[in-house]
Amino acid sequence: MLKIDIQKAMLSAEGKTNLEVCTEIQHNELLCLFGHSGAGKTTLLRILAGLTKPDKGRIVFNDTVWFDSEKKINLPPQERNVGYMFQDYALFPNMTVEKNISFGQKEKNKEEVDKLLELFDLEILKNQYPEKLSGGQKQRVALARALAAKPNVLLLDEPLSALDFDMRLALQHEIRKAHELLNTVTIMVSHDLQEVFHLASSVITLKNGTVTNVGKPVDVFSTKLSECKLKMEYYATIFQSQSTKSFIN
Amino acid sequence: MVDQDFINTLLLTGKLAGWTTAILFVVGFPMAYVLAYRRFWFKPIIEALISMPLVLPPTVLGFYMLVAYSPQNAFGRFLELHFNTRLAFSFEGVLIASVIFSLPFMIQPLQNGLTSIPKSFRETAYTLGKSEFTTFIRVLVPNMIPSIITAAAMTFAHCIGEFGVVIMVGGNMPGETRVASIAIYDEVQAMNYHTANQYSFVLFIISLLLLTLIYSINGKKKIFF
Repeated sequence: MLKIDIQKAMLSAEGKTNLEVCTEIQHNELLCLFGHSGAGKTTLLRILAGLTKPDKGRIVFNDTVWFDSEKKINLPPQERNVGYMFQDYALFPNMTVEKNISFGQKEKNKEEVDKLLELFDLEILKNQYPEKLSGGQKQRVALARALAAKPNVLLLDEPLSALDFDMRLALQHEIRKAHELLNTVTIMVSHDLQEVFHLASSVITLKNGTVTNVGKPVDVFSTKLSECKLKMEYYATIFQSQSTKSFIN
Repeated sequence: MVDQDFINTLLLTGKLAGWTTAILFVVGFPMAYVLAYRRFWFKPIIEALISMPLVLPPTVLGFYMLVAYSPQNAFGRFLELHFNTRLAFSFEGVLIASVIFSLPFMIQPLQNGLTSIPKSFRETAYTLGKSEFTTFIRVLVPNMIPSIITAAAMTFAHCIGEFGVVIMVGGNMPGETRVASIAIYDEVQAMNYHTANQYSFVLFIISLLLLTLIYSINGKKKIFF
């Protein structure tokens, strides 16, 4: 379980705001952080990874304290064992696909690299350098690399935002696969309602740094006036997804 | 038949430039790393000090180095008492001055190279459990090779052409401090234009080759200054 209770002053386009999040994320949950730009989604993800320090609060994963402002505990990213996937995927240009994935390992294990290459359909690309890959291929390599470290928590910052619609639908499947393989907590930032409905077991909506709603996607979004429209979008997405799948198959 | 003095002077010039580049490579990389990735209140002062040789007359630095080397002052006295060494008018003295005067030519390209690498590369490596040192060796250095070559070539090229600092600190001692740029001046004074031309031609060709190397590896992208 991941317990978060943090505060962090932020500077957004609308001026100074305060990110305040207090929540518990259960084991095996795939949580989506949903909200407009500047709401604090990426900042929260960076705080969990240890890349940004909160002003005060506490973060505990299982029995390990990652951050405690009172006790002055702040574990560096290296000691939190999180898999973080950036929007730009951050694949190292000097390494092949295979080397990028093996770089993520704590101890070298070629068999596990081969398994990940197979799982994400990257075997044929293993000797390619990132500059030769498409957006979707890069996303799969970044996911495989994040999993190679066997992280406690998988953090995905808008993993599909740089891709076109069809590719997004196809790669949502890869994210679910990664989450199931890891069998732990996955937290994903998204602007996209379709992604939230497709992937998330729960969702936190953020507005100007404040949590406005927590729950299952259908419960969170059904309270809005646009319920009907959202549901239509949801069913349309399923329909499009099925069409895409049949097209792919 | 090439004159032995001519060869020795060029070898000494190469030795000074080579040592300066090697020392600055070791000293400059950590400095560039700190300047690229750390924030501290006196950082602008450090950056200004490192860049001073770009705008300061070499004779100013040379003068202060001479003052520092003098046994009448603390640093010079310390060297004389503990190491029985006087740096003024010696190769070592010129080398130290050359290292200081060439700082910006090494540090600025390295700093630019480091800052041009996306922050997400470093942060990804950290989240994958890699230390700063491992990240530096395996992620940063391999992705800034053009900047490293630029830094080394600029430092070397600048060093072989250095005149003011060398003449102030080292004078014109054959085999010890008489580098090619000093020799050109000396030969012109003695109206040996043929020898001056030989030195000048060699320096011209080396500088042209080094700058061509820099521009060819960086393409149209100017990553220094």
